[in-house]
Amino acid sequence: MLRADNLSKIYKKQDGKVIAINNLSLDIPTGDFVAIVGPSGSGKSSLLLMLGGMLFPTEGEVIINGESIYQLTLNEIAKLRQQQLGFIFQTFHLIPYLTALENVQMPMLLKGLSSKEQAENAESLLEKVGLSDRMDHKPSELSVGQQQRIALARMLANNPSIILADEPTGNLDSETGQRMIQFFFELNAEGRTVVLVTHDIRVAEQAKNTITISNGTISG
Amino acid sequence: MNWNIFVLRELFQRKSKLITSSLAIVLGIAAIVSISTITTYSEESVAKELDALGANVLILPPEVSVADYYSADFQNGELPEEYVTLIAMSNVEGVDNMSPKLTLPTDIKGNRVILTGILPKSEFQNKTSWQGAGIFSRPKICGSAEDVFKMNQKLPQETLARKRVITNLEHHEVLVGADIAKKLHLKEGAEIAMLDSPFKVLAVLPTTGTIDDSRIFAHLHTVQALTDKDALLSAIEVVGCCKQVSKGLISNLQSLLPEANIVTIAHIVDTQVKTNALMRNLSYLLLMIIVIMGGASIGNDMYNNVYERRKEIGILIALGATPKIILKVFIKKAALLGLLGGISGYIIGTVLALALGPLIAGVHVFPILYLSIIAVVLSICIAIGASYFPARYASRLEPSIALQEN
Repeated sequence: MLRADNLSKIYKKQDGKVIAINNLSLDIPTGDFVAIVGPSGSGKSSLLLMLGGMLFPTEGEVIINGESIYQLTLNEIAKLRQQQLGFIFQTFHLIPYLTALENVQMPMLLKGLSSKEQAENAESLLEKVGLSDRMDHKPSELSVGQQQRIALARMLANNPSIILADEPTGNLDSETGQRMIQFFFELNAEGRTVVLVTHDIRVAEQAKNTITISNGTISG
Repeated sequence: MNWNIFVLRELFQRKSKLITSSLAIVLGIAAIVSISTITTYSEESVAKELDALGANVLILPPEVSVADYYSADFQNGELPEEYVTLIAMSNVEGVDNMSPKLTLPTDIKGNRVILTGILPKSEFQNKTSWQGAGIFSRPKICGSAEDVFKMNQKLPQETLARKRVITNLEHHEVLVGADIAKKLHLKEGAEIAMLDSPFKVLAVLPTTGTIDDSRIFAHLHTVQALTDKDALLSAIEVVGCCKQVSKGLISNLQSLLPEANIVTIAHIVDTQVKTNALMRNLSYLLLMIIVIMGGASIGNDMYNNVYERRKEIGILIALGATPKIILKVFIKKAALLGLLGGISGYIIGTVLALALGPLIAGVHVFPILYLSIIAVVLSICIAIGASYFPARYASRLEPSIALQEN
């Protein structure tokens, strides 16, 4: 269960305050596939980051499996991300000087797995996303679709129960994007909760549930 | 993969950045290593020169100058013999050997000679206070006196001239300088009368080309007794440890014996000693500069690095990195930068020293291995010290800000 209670995020700028999320509450049951949609600047990315323990809310709380995550220490939040959460970003956020294999190894390195275990698991994950022949390539040597699949493999490295994806198809052509969505459905079928931010209504329509955000609140 | 590989990949991703960020520390370490290497060999050269001089410090009565001592060789002023005990019992470092002397003019068969009372080494050994707390129990810093103190070893007679030490000299035995022996036709075993007492010639000393060739050496206490100068001395010749002579031995002796006139003949190598001191001070100055400049350079570079890498920091945090891991990554990076800077600085500094040593100090220079450890440790400490705050800043970055900017 992933829950947000009276969540607010206010950014302080030089010319005043910007309310990104305004007293928002939601419940996402375990195993759900939720698409969060809304126009640019509506606050959907801020919401996703707060749901993932990446952005402290100004008010309210985020509860994952009964635990209010922003009451945890930074180390405990990090462990939570390490063990339960998987992120996918629009721009992939791969580490440019590491190979595909090493990028996928990173979460396992953070978890403290041995180099051998890291390599074996990473190879298996890259095979799963169809990149077994690109393991030693750096991100710059790969297409955007391949880069997104590396990001997907990396996200799966620590077997997360909750997947948070921010515009995962935003930089992909429609065919590659559809293949990516298919991956999310497969992961959801395995029992993982998927929360996907998108502005693409066709992608959102495929989700089990859709939440529309406008001006920092749920509008529909 | 491990964190070392991760850090190496990041560092070598932009080699030019790596070079520029470590340039200040490399140059600073190189300067310190080269100066220290040249100074060390230059000091060693001075030490050897001073060692070659034999007795290099004179303790004279206040009214006697070193010129008086060497020209007239005897004078009116006197020193108490207890000064020897004071020095032997003191904690003044660098006294490798002492030779208390009482010098007087006297006659042998109507010939005017210089009689010098000296104390053989056996007297020092027998005197518990001198032996127990004194100079003979001290570690041999220079090593110049090491051979001199081997009690059972018969020393060549040149030792007296060279090191101002004679092992055994009985109360009615004398050593005769080469010139006076020739003049008086004295040989080993000959009998002579001085101060109304009989003496036996223990040995004729080899020619030294100094005033010693005109001296007759007898036991100090015999000379004191025969001349009514009990417990009085004309001078104490000191073989000062070579390095200590240029590092405060004179001032320490002067503090110990404020009434005495303490002079050194180290002025022969004075210029080199001053140059060494200058270079040593220069290396301290450079050390301060490198700590400030090198530290500021690396610290600044690390702040830039944190700024440039904030997206990657955000990724690591998103993947579950704790603040401690982020801190560790940046500290490792700084340590590696310091290691590379230290090694490069040591190599460059040593090469510079090898090339410039003969030109600057006129000495042949060889690599000093222990400096490599100092260079690396210093460099790593500066790099880590300068990087700590940027690293801490990185560990506390809010990941969302870095990631949202993209």
